[in-house]
Amino acid sequence: MSEITRLDPWQELKQFTAARIAVGRTGASQPTEAVLAFGVAHAQARDAVHLPFEVDTLRRQLEELDFSTLTVHSAADSRSTYLRRPDLGRSLSEASIAELAACPEKGADIVFMVGDGLSSKAIHRNALPFLLEARGHLEQAGFSIGPVVLAKQARVALGDGVGELLQARIVVVLIGERPGLSSPDSMGLYLTWQPRTGRMDSERNCISNIRPEGLPYPEAVRKLEWLIKEASRLQLTGVGLKDQSDLLPDA
Amino acid sequence: MAYAQNIGATRYVFSDLKDLLAKATPERSGDCLAGIAAQTAEERMAAKLALADVPLKTFLSETVIPYESDEITRLILDEHNAQAFLPIAHLTVGDFRNWLLSDAATSEVLAAASPGITPEMAAAVSKIMRNQDLILVARKCRVVTRFRNTIGLPGRLSVRLQPNHPTDDPKGIAASMLDGLLYGSGDAVVGINPATDSIGALTTLVTMLDEVIQRYEIPTQSCVLTHVTNSIQMIERGAPVDLVFQSIAGTEQANAGFGINLAVLAEAHEAALSLKRGTMGNDVMYFETGQGSALSANANHGVDQQTCEARAYAVARKFKPLLVNTVVGFIGPEYLYDGKQIIRAGLEDHFCGKLLGLPLGCDVCYTNHAEADQDDMDTLLTLLGTAGITFIMGVPGADDIMLNYQSTSFHDALYLRRVLGLRHAPEYEAWLEKMRIIDASGALLETTARHPLLASMLPTKEIS
Repeated sequence: MSEITRLDPWQELKQFTAARIAVGRTGASQPTEAVLAFGVAHAQARDAVHLPFEVDTLRRQLEELDFSTLTVHSAADSRSTYLRRPDLGRSLSEASIAELAACPEKGADIVFMVGDGLSSKAIHRNALPFLLEARGHLEQAGFSIGPVVLAKQARVALGDGVGELLQARIVVVLIGERPGLSSPDSMGLYLTWQPRTGRMDSERNCISNIRPEGLPYPEAVRKLEWLIKEASRLQLTGVGLKDQSDLLPDA
Repeated sequence: MAYAQNIGATRYVFSDLKDLLAKATPERSGDCLAGIAAQTAEERMAAKLALADVPLKTFLSETVIPYESDEITRLILDEHNAQAFLPIAHLTVGDFRNWLLSDAATSEVLAAASPGITPEMAAAVSKIMRNQDLILVARKCRVVTRFRNTIGLPGRLSVRLQPNHPTDDPKGIAASMLDGLLYGSGDAVVGINPATDSIGALTTLVTMLDEVIQRYEIPTQSCVLTHVTNSIQMIERGAPVDLVFQSIAGTEQANAGFGINLAVLAEAHEAALSLKRGTMGNDVMYFETGQGSALSANANHGVDQQTCEARAYAVARKFKPLLVNTVVGFIGPEYLYDGKQIIRAGLEDHFCGKLLGLPLGCDVCYTNHAEADQDDMDTLLTLLGTAGITFIMGVPGADDIMLNYQSTSFHDALYLRRVLGLRHAPEYEAWLEKMRIIDASGALLETTARHPLLASMLPTKEIS
């Protein structure tokens, strides 16, 4: 750092967070170094929004691990339509509706939908290892798992139509969260009991920031398993289901 | 009832008041998405001309969402103060603009009229106001609120310190909080957006904030921004909750999408009041809003997003909040496409909120899928500073690593204070001076490693 700027004497606190703390200052302003580093991160995040979902690669990887898969597309036919028309990203294309309706694997306890959302990068990196971890735990707990549905140009509510057509008791949507400057690859998870088109967001539970630097897979799966068991007991998800996975039963 | 306007040989017809309001709105992607925006620039101007001729009284008889089917419409009309409305009852929307800008409309006159102004009246007049009008009138509106300090005095600017962490790690949160305190941020609230919504983890966070505030006798308040029903549970379990947070919207159905209604907000308000934790006052609610939330829940009823936003302020003012924050660019480009639309929306929200008597702050922000950047945020920040914004956000380096968007930094607040001569809330200013963080002129002092905040917040760690 230049001699003109003031270095904050709490540099060691940086070990506790990836936040942009202790950046120092020149007068009231950020030093040149910090301003330009921010610019680089913004450029990378902008690029991540537009990276295409490599759905064929993921499908191949999943099938090698004995997952059955389906590929669907939302009604948004391009990235630019997707960004301006969230309503289309929540609806299935005609062809996808037909394909899901024709799928013989119906009535599973849990269907996973994997959607690109706003960051394919998040899905490329996190979806496969998360699904592997989750499958083991959930099957051991006695839940049946339906086909993994890979969805292009998807928003969270697309899972409602997917789950409804596959007659799933619960749909779990894994989706790329909006890329942040420090986390262009963060995956979100949304759990919806008895999915059907028109479910409100207050009827879902969410686990966010799933990635090794955020919420690691084993912890995310532990939360998911707890939520699924509670959802099955209470017959609902959403604001009526409070995540108390970290509380003791009597607490 | 239908409205019509001729421009040259063309006659424009608007089917009802909400159609007229939507078509008169400056262009934004959310209204286009909803299919309710004006089709041409001339149609938009025709709508503005017709809207300017509408008497304010019309808004008391013609609703944009029926009284029978929406509790917010009922709230607006049932609580309308006819006495306060009297001085403006004879005006059209066009003359309402003239009146607001006139020298006769002093801060006192505006405050007295506020309970007589409905959200739809405020939204309507904003649609025929330029950015400079929105700034000038908002600057005259004064709204002062209190909990452990005094927020909203003239010449003052407060900052919400937002020390978010992606996994709610207490040390990570403490590190960002310390960074913000040493940059003089935090007089509006120290408010965490938690990653989790488990009651145990939320209680840990709110307890940690309370311990820091008590230990250093910081004249500020804390908030963990979780669903209102979680806050009620925390209060029932005896957690030290200062402010109760909730996202709110301007239609009953959109609020249902948030899992709330007026009754549950009233329950939470009562619960927070019962703790009596304020020292200067007992304004205990912290609300967040933003244009587009109603449409995003498919609950806009054909009403434009800015009018829906103003209606959310009717919900807010029912509960006498300490802070109301319009999170203007968070929702994304499908509602506010670019920097120009975000800037306009920020000024509109601030104007409408202040006119309706609310302590409006703004999260000057954008997401990475919007056509906006730091230069746009600098512009909006500076404009809102001149308009007398109550508070802004303070996020380390403007980069929120939990919510994945860009807000304003501690440095941005320093910039705004310096360029406009804005001071902290008075009690907080005195504390910052006592702690040797700022000098008597309000300028940041050079901090050493031996500063008490640094030395004892992480006592086992040697800070070099």
